[in-house]
Amino acid sequence: MSSTPEVYLDTASAARLHPAARDTLLAALERGYADPRRLHGAGRDARLLLDNARAVIAECLDVRPDEVGLTSSGTDAVHRGLLGLTAATGRDGIVHSAVEHSSVLHAAQWRPSPVHASIAVDATGRVDLLALTEAARTPGVGVVALQSANQEVGTLQPVDEAELPDGVPLLTDAAAAIGHVPLPRSWSVLTGSAHKWGGPAGVGVLVVRRGTRWQNPFPGEDGLDGSGGFANVPAALAAAAALQAVLAEQEEVASRQFRQVARLRAVAAALPDAEVVGDPERRLPHLVTFSCLYVGGDEIVSALARRGYGVASGSACTASTLEPSHVLAAMGALTHGNVRVSLACDTTDEQVEGFCTVLPEVVARIRKDAGL
Amino acid sequence: MSDPGVEIDCRDLPCPRPIIELARALPDVPVGGRLAVVARDPAARYDVPAWCRMRGQEYVGEELTDDDVPRYVVRRLS
Repeated sequence: MSSTPEVYLDTASAARLHPAARDTLLAALERGYADPRRLHGAGRDARLLLDNARAVIAECLDVRPDEVGLTSSGTDAVHRGLLGLTAATGRDGIVHSAVEHSSVLHAAQWRPSPVHASIAVDATGRVDLLALTEAARTPGVGVVALQSANQEVGTLQPVDEAELPDGVPLLTDAAAAIGHVPLPRSWSVLTGSAHKWGGPAGVGVLVVRRGTRWQNPFPGEDGLDGSGGFANVPAALAAAAALQAVLAEQEEVASRQFRQVARLRAVAAALPDAEVVGDPERRLPHLVTFSCLYVGGDEIVSALARRGYGVASGSACTASTLEPSHVLAAMGALTHGNVRVSLACDTTDEQVEGFCTVLPEVVARIRKDAGL
Repeated sequence: MSDPGVEIDCRDLPCPRPIIELARALPDVPVGGRLAVVARDPAARYDVPAWCRMRGQEYVGEELTDDDVPRYVVRRLS
């Protein structure tokens, strides 16, 4: 084991709790325990905190507070968003890019429809916009799902360029993008996940614009407020505080990360028999993915962890399903030997350089041990 | 097929071993000849074409063996 603390380069899986969220969470735990629907003092206190959380999140996302719903996770937000749109119109077809988060694919599988369509992406991971808008015109299509940015390769999707037929809403899963890049504007429903932006886990955001036909697709009350059961008030408030703090420093952090990732991309591209995947320019600032021939994803992740760097991988041997990443597969990218590096808001140039030194050594060592 | 070429059996090998064996076997195949790898590993479906693209070889396509295991066929170009 390394004697120095691990350099955490997996914020795209889960970001460390932002200091602003930590302070808010501890304070809110004292005050936000009661049922916000009750009329006693403690209930009113909880209601105040919850309304405050919703108002802050709304302001951060430039939407109205009554358009913001809080869910138990980003996955839950996507499920409620997609299935709530199809339930409200009775048109059950879901058109989505082939590289959406698994929560989108699972929602479509859970409610099968002959009209569902998965739209191909190019080698950078960008969706075929023409095919997407064409598929949206198919009778029976109730929603188009197009992510703001891809969670594995960082490629930005052309959400604002999608011209959909009247009455077909667009849901954008912004979980990977919130706090990192300006968000698209042309959508009816937007989803997010607090632990991706430095808030606590267990808080998802479901924004449904006014005038959108949507209903709660699951048992319970209709409406965005409280449809998923008892709200985690302290966590919601902490999530809001984190979002506010992250957005205040977004521009400065993103420009530093974009430069650091450009350096990482160059080093990875210079490895023998390796390829960097995803769009080099139209991308998330903090994330890069690359694949190395003849190297196991589990081997390289473990070897990097032993050298003090925590990274993720889309290779099959690192997945619970033993299937390779559907994102890499859809892009025609190499799926083995895959590494995803995602920087924290405080990752230093020294840490990036350290990784750049270790990476070629690790890859060469694994290949040597395999007799190559 | 007129040219059966070289076939390597990697049906029980996990990813990325089928690709490693593919690379090892390439020198035994004449330029223009076929090289097939038999693999159950689900990653091979994507990684054999990706290997061809990265190494400048031609991906011919996917077939099935007599006992229904995927066989990925490559043509050596260089």
